[in-house]
Amino acid sequence: MSAISNESKETMTAPGNQEVRSGPANYRRRRMLVYVMRALLLVVIIGGWELGSRTGIIDPFFWGEPSGIWAQIVTWATQGTAQGPLWEQVAVTLEETIIGFVIGVVLGVIFGVVLGRNKFLADILSPYIKAANAIPRVVLGPIFVIALGLGIQSKIALAVVMVFFIVFFNAFQGVREVDRNLLANARILGASQRQLSTEVIIPSAMSWILASLHTSFSFALVGAIVGEFVGSIQGLGGLIQTAKGTFNVNGVFAAMVIMTVVALIMDALVTALENRLIRWRPNAVSDSTI
Amino acid sequence: MVIISQPMKNSSTMTHDVSNQVTSAIELRNVTKRFLTPTGQIYTALRDLTLSVAPGEFCAVVGPTGCGKSTTLGLISGLERPSVGEALVMGKPVQGIDPRIGYVFQADAVFPWKNVLRNVATGPLLRGQPKSEAYARARDWITRVGLAGFEDRYPHQLSGGMRKRVALAQTFINEPQILLMDEPFSALDVQTRTLMEDELLNLWSSTSASVVFVTHDLEEAISLADRVCVLTAGPATVKGIYTIDLPRPRNVAEIRFEPRFVQLYHEIWEDLRNEVMISYERNKQRV
Repeated sequence: MSAISNESKETMTAPGNQEVRSGPANYRRRRMLVYVMRALLLVVIIGGWELGSRTGIIDPFFWGEPSGIWAQIVTWATQGTAQGPLWEQVAVTLEETIIGFVIGVVLGVIFGVVLGRNKFLADILSPYIKAANAIPRVVLGPIFVIALGLGIQSKIALAVVMVFFIVFFNAFQGVREVDRNLLANARILGASQRQLSTEVIIPSAMSWILASLHTSFSFALVGAIVGEFVGSIQGLGGLIQTAKGTFNVNGVFAAMVIMTVVALIMDALVTALENRLIRWRPNAVSDSTI
Repeated sequence: MVIISQPMKNSSTMTHDVSNQVTSAIELRNVTKRFLTPTGQIYTALRDLTLSVAPGEFCAVVGPTGCGKSTTLGLISGLERPSVGEALVMGKPVQGIDPRIGYVFQADAVFPWKNVLRNVATGPLLRGQPKSEAYARARDWITRVGLAGFEDRYPHQLSGGMRKRVALAQTFINEPQILLMDEPFSALDVQTRTLMEDELLNLWSSTSASVVFVTHDLEEAISLADRVCVLTAGPATVKGIYTIDLPRPRNVAEIRFEPRFVQLYHEIWEDLRNEVMISYERNKQRV
């Protein structure tokens, strides 16, 4: 919204500007233009792709074609996939992602706060945490599938591992950065050690933790899907795996499109959650009140 | 300028009464405080400092910048322990944080994620009072510090002076018998500062709290306090203690034109100036 005032100021004060337009109208025009250009870009890319594959410049066997991808999505939606109905595949992947995300966030916050508050413990564990964090964690996928089976448990475990470290490091840093004055003030006002954590440290570290949620949610999705690649009965990753096995490139792209839509919806939900939890922060509030 | 009508403060007579008794509200006996710096060196902030504050007395502590004034408050509050010597509150050694103590910090220490109401209610809530009661008392204190109508605002939406009012209400709601203030108004502009000083005297006059008010501003110290304690350049020890016999109630904006004020100022400044020079020379060498 602040863009309005900026725009109007520019038009009002621009020296020698003959056509002084009203700010809001100018702003709407510009916004329309952005939307139109966006749509145009999409049409050019998808149209070009389609055209390319129709005229033989792009080989649809290797690179797929938009019409084929759409047809594949429609087929899956109406007739179901080889693994069952499409919504069930989406639901399974989402379930793995969300459960993994929640467990990972909770564990990350707990460990972050505990180690952030206990310097001695943090000193002991720091080399191991660094080492564990250095492992490319997707390689744990096969281990989890062997140990926990083809069901959702192995995917959840992988998602948890992916999420944990991101949230952990943010929570840890957040706890370390807590304003000493706030801590001293809370202690004087009567806070016990436990209350210090719940009333000061966690709220204060919350902005750090929330900043990590966007990244960690997409990592949870990566964990779930990689887990499904490695071995699964259901889920979008399994769908891709099957499509790959049958050289169905359109199938791979179709699953990708569905995943993108799901990820964007979830990202919007995380943003909404973030805005709810952090209303006290200057920019968040001014955005909603002005 | 509003002349604050406050009941005649009897603290000056109280000071005399109590000085004959053995008990003082606050006592620092030959305390020395050393810190370990991050580079592993020992830094002595206070050396052999003795100071006592009577019940209901307003004591200002002045000294050059960085001499260890704030450390005295840390020792009284229990946030810090003395390396040598004893810190006593109400005749008992300080062990941990005493619930009878209130502390107003130099920097903003209100909780940015709580609105004004919840900030002020923090103390009672932490001390286990029921929510309804805590909020009712918080509303009362918000009105008393002149912030009625701002209950739902967050600290970042308030001015510096208003945030200080929140901090005062947050401290006074706990009804402290000992009030520690660490340059609470140093970040405010001069006009706001005078207003807040009057506000403080007004709030304090309705309590029987003993106050230790740390400042580097001698004018502020004289206009507020019953006694002014001058500290030496660090490591700090007591250089001199002056009784301020200006009558109460005081108007902070105008008291500084009174002949007695000027006289006291001259007298104390003589003492303080040397310490300020020593501290300044030292800092210059360090740079």
